[in-house]
Amino acid sequence: MAEFVMPNLGADMEAGTLVKWHIKSGDAVRRGDVIAEVDTEKGIIDIECFETGVIDQIKIEPGAKIPVGTVMAVIRGAEEAPAPAKPVAAPEPAAPTKAPHVHASPLAKKIAAELGVDLTKLTGSGPGGLIDREDVEHAAAPKKAPTPVEAVRVKVSPLARRLAAERGINLASISPGPSGIIEQADIERAAAPSKPEPAPAAKSGDGMRRAIAAAMAKSNREIPHYYLQTRIDMSAALKWLEAENAKRSIKDRLLPAVLLLKAVAKALGDVPALNGFWIDNEHRVSPAIHLGFAISMKGGGLVAPAIHNVGEMSCDEIMAALRDLIPRARAGRLRSSEMTDSTLTVTSLGDLGVESVFGVIYPPQVALVGFGKIIEQPWAKDGMLGVHPIMTASLAADHRATDGHTGAQFLDVLNQHFQTPEAL
Amino acid sequence: MAKNIRMNAPLPDHDRARRLLHTMVLIRRFEEKCVELYSASKIRGFMHLYIGEEAVATGVIEQLQPDDAIVATYREHGQALVKGMSAGSIMAEMYGKVEGCARGRGGSMHLFDAKTRFCGGNAIVGGGLPLAVGLALADKMQNRKRVTACFFGEGAVAEGEFHEAMNLAALWQLPVLFLCENNLYAMGTALRLTESVTDIAKKGAAYNVESAAVDGMDLLAVSEAAAKAVAHVREGRPYLLECRTYRFRAHSMFDAELYRSKDEVTEWKKRDPITLFFEAMKAASVLSDADFEAVEKEVAKEVDDAVAFAEAGTWEPVSDLTRFVYSEGQRP
Amino acid sequence: MTFRDAVREGIRDAMRKDVRVFLMGEDVGHYGGCFAVSKGLLAEFGPERIRDTPLMESAFVGAGIGAALGGMKPIVEIMTCNFSLLALDQIMNTAATLLHMSGGQFNVPLVIRMATGGGKQLAAQHSHSLEGWYAHIPGIKVLTPATLEDGYGMLTSALNDPDPVLIFENQTLYNMEGEALVSPGAVDIAKARVRREGKDVCVLTHGASLHKSLEAAAVLEKEGIGAEVVDLRVLRPLDDATIMASVAKTHRVLIVDEGWRSGGISAEISARIMEQAFYELDKPVARVCSAEVPMPYAKHLETAALPQVESIVAAIKQLVLGHG
Repeated sequence: MAEFVMPNLGADMEAGTLVKWHIKSGDAVRRGDVIAEVDTEKGIIDIECFETGVIDQIKIEPGAKIPVGTVMAVIRGAEEAPAPAKPVAAPEPAAPTKAPHVHASPLAKKIAAELGVDLTKLTGSGPGGLIDREDVEHAAAPKKAPTPVEAVRVKVSPLARRLAAERGINLASISPGPSGIIEQADIERAAAPSKPEPAPAAKSGDGMRRAIAAAMAKSNREIPHYYLQTRIDMSAALKWLEAENAKRSIKDRLLPAVLLLKAVAKALGDVPALNGFWIDNEHRVSPAIHLGFAISMKGGGLVAPAIHNVGEMSCDEIMAALRDLIPRARAGRLRSSEMTDSTLTVTSLGDLGVESVFGVIYPPQVALVGFGKIIEQPWAKDGMLGVHPIMTASLAADHRATDGHTGAQFLDVLNQHFQTPEAL
Repeated sequence: MAKNIRMNAPLPDHDRARRLLHTMVLIRRFEEKCVELYSASKIRGFMHLYIGEEAVATGVIEQLQPDDAIVATYREHGQALVKGMSAGSIMAEMYGKVEGCARGRGGSMHLFDAKTRFCGGNAIVGGGLPLAVGLALADKMQNRKRVTACFFGEGAVAEGEFHEAMNLAALWQLPVLFLCENNLYAMGTALRLTESVTDIAKKGAAYNVESAAVDGMDLLAVSEAAAKAVAHVREGRPYLLECRTYRFRAHSMFDAELYRSKDEVTEWKKRDPITLFFEAMKAASVLSDADFEAVEKEVAKEVDDAVAFAEAGTWEPVSDLTRFVYSEGQRP
Repeated sequence: MTFRDAVREGIRDAMRKDVRVFLMGEDVGHYGGCFAVSKGLLAEFGPERIRDTPLMESAFVGAGIGAALGGMKPIVEIMTCNFSLLALDQIMNTAATLLHMSGGQFNVPLVIRMATGGGKQLAAQHSHSLEGWYAHIPGIKVLTPATLEDGYGMLTSALNDPDPVLIFENQTLYNMEGEALVSPGAVDIAKARVRREGKDVCVLTHGASLHKSLEAAAVLEKEGIGAEVVDLRVLRPLDDATIMASVAKTHRVLIVDEGWRSGGISAEISARIMEQAFYELDKPVARVCSAEVPMPYAKHLETAALPQVESIVAAIKQLVLGHG
């Protein structure tokens, strides 16, 4: 038995419509006979068969549009016995030997193949129900959070970015030259022994010390700081933390720093003016909240790598981020985005017994939040004097970008967030 | 349209007649196989069939020497076979196999073979004519008595390169045989819709190129006209030979033939060059039915072998993709 | 000795050494060459080897391809690259494809010379710079000689090459004077060459713009800016190694090209720098190209349309100092 199939007459032919059979079941045919007419995009074409024999079965009726390669008839050799009869396909359903046709853009098909999305299960949102790229991506990752908005980028030349990474220089600490873009010369100025800078008495030759020196000198020189501080009752927060940690295994326990970061992120959401940069004499508020968390280094110095999108993280996620970040920071293995993306720095010196912090802002950020040690102190609440765990939170902010009023609002909402830890 | 073959050409002897019949049947059956393989997606790209025009290549190339060159167009399976390229290497080329005559880089439209001086099917209509002029120029400058035969369709006559090449070949007196296969349709546009003067052979006069027209369905007439033309060219002068022929098949595979009637095709098929030739030879007792059957048998095996060769062929490694963009190693 | 003389000597010496070499093109014989490059060669070699052709760019380029296939070493002169468009089919569809399309069987040892460039008030149809355009095509090599040594040597090397080579001679260079060549011969046709060292910026250029760029570099030196000038010489294949080395040295790049900016060779070079030397860049790659207009006739407009010393100086200052 030989199959007579819809022939492939060209690269642009995908299917054909059977117009007419020139034969019927039982007819003898010879190689080269035209046995059917098929309608294509180019018109009706005579179709010949390549076998000599007898038409055993006709599988397609006129009117059916079928893909190239579909069996249309079976031809048996003159001596072969007929095959048992099978029903003939009706024109409408048209023998779907191939995958059903999906109406999708080429890009969507490609992405679907890559992501393993079944296009036949999708409803297209494009014109005429066309399945487009977004439909496929949506189907592939229905629960994926929207991509966070990027923080305002500091423009850095590719060479400067590479050099900074190689030399462990925090790009946030570099001020660009007249072009407004950090270039090679700016990195070299920062990395060079700071001759003309009235720098702190750091003789240390290492790049980090020099970078800190440059950044802090610049900050002190250029940024008109104002300072505010407030004392916060941490009873509720610590109680909540204790209860939370009771539910967790030792390795999953939350450190107080998590609460600090979370509360700052929440407060920045309420008072966004402090979250961002001062660049080119312009205050640029960042829609994303990437908190730089100051980590002291064993050999002296500190880095404040960014934890990205803190506002959208759960406490456990922040804890995980800290566990990942601290050892990497101390090993000097930070990513360049972590070195440059911070929108505000948080420094907690409570571990060292300090009561309050008057920070120096990391340029081009516009604020720094400091936390001191939590100390038990006499505290009046609801007319009752008692002993409460009290922490001093301070704000150093750039007066070019905000005023004391904004700073005060921030500390106020920060305090409120610590009083409702369960909402954190 | 004379139905019977002219009998004023000298009668061939049995061996030559059988050889000519074999050549034409080989082209016919080889291409019929190509249709089948194309329909089954074994062959892709554009494929143009010579079926109906076999007498032209067979009659002309019979008059050429082995070291004469051919420059052809994309409808060149026939010329390639007659020039002596193996059916297997042509079929493998169409399969895209590395054993193909161009390592699968050319396909149906670009058959090449340096050994038989088959300088390609050129798929730009008119593009091959200047090339043929240059090959002839090289022969002339090196004092070689070779002929370059350039096959093109009547569609190419509308291209500027036809006129440029004719002029230059005549101006410099170069040994080029311009061989126009006039099958009446430039793809789907009839000659009468494209040429103010449809008598193509007349165009030679404008360039002082000796010209003739011949019935391209009549093998012996073609052969005789070609003998005269080749002799003229071998003396170092160009010649334009118009062979009036007809393709029985569509222009290429995906063609609904909206531009001509089935009656017209049927009428021309009555002058099938193979039938005309064989019937005449039979009437003159040069060939017999047994000869035809034997030829069919030999050809069937040759075609089967060609398909088997192509099927057994291999794919060139993709790592070779960028080979031959530039020459590997310097030529002396 | 002029650039014209150097090219002529290259042709003459090649024809003396190898009988397969011949020159054909419009007005190369009796007229002496549109730019007088072939003046005197007809008398020495005769009309068989110095062939005047009719005005049929497609046919005589195609004939050059055929002659090359037939064992000759043709030098085809297309009067200017503007007319080469009439032969583009032969160059692109045949010369460039034949070797690959024939599976390595038919190589085309053809040399095509043509004048290129504007600057002589010849207006829109006689002022094109198409060398970058041709550099798009795999299968051919594209040379842009800008010195006497290259004018002679590139022709010699092209004739030694087994594949089609296009040589673009900027028409403003023909009168350029230089020291007579002491021992002329083949030159390398794979490498770019640093024509002037500098540390602050590299200027990547070719053809007539090389000389404008060198002049600009001399001006800037007085102002304390060190411009390195790289003569690309070969537009296909591009010498990435020399380009990237200069980028890595200077970190600032200016590309000067008489072609149009959109989709031109300058765009290609810039893209390659992004691919291969992105982290060496301290400034975005800058370009001085021809204005995107058909070349006007009026002198002041034509001058404004082409790269000039002043525009190159200004672009380099912008790169290095941040202001023009």
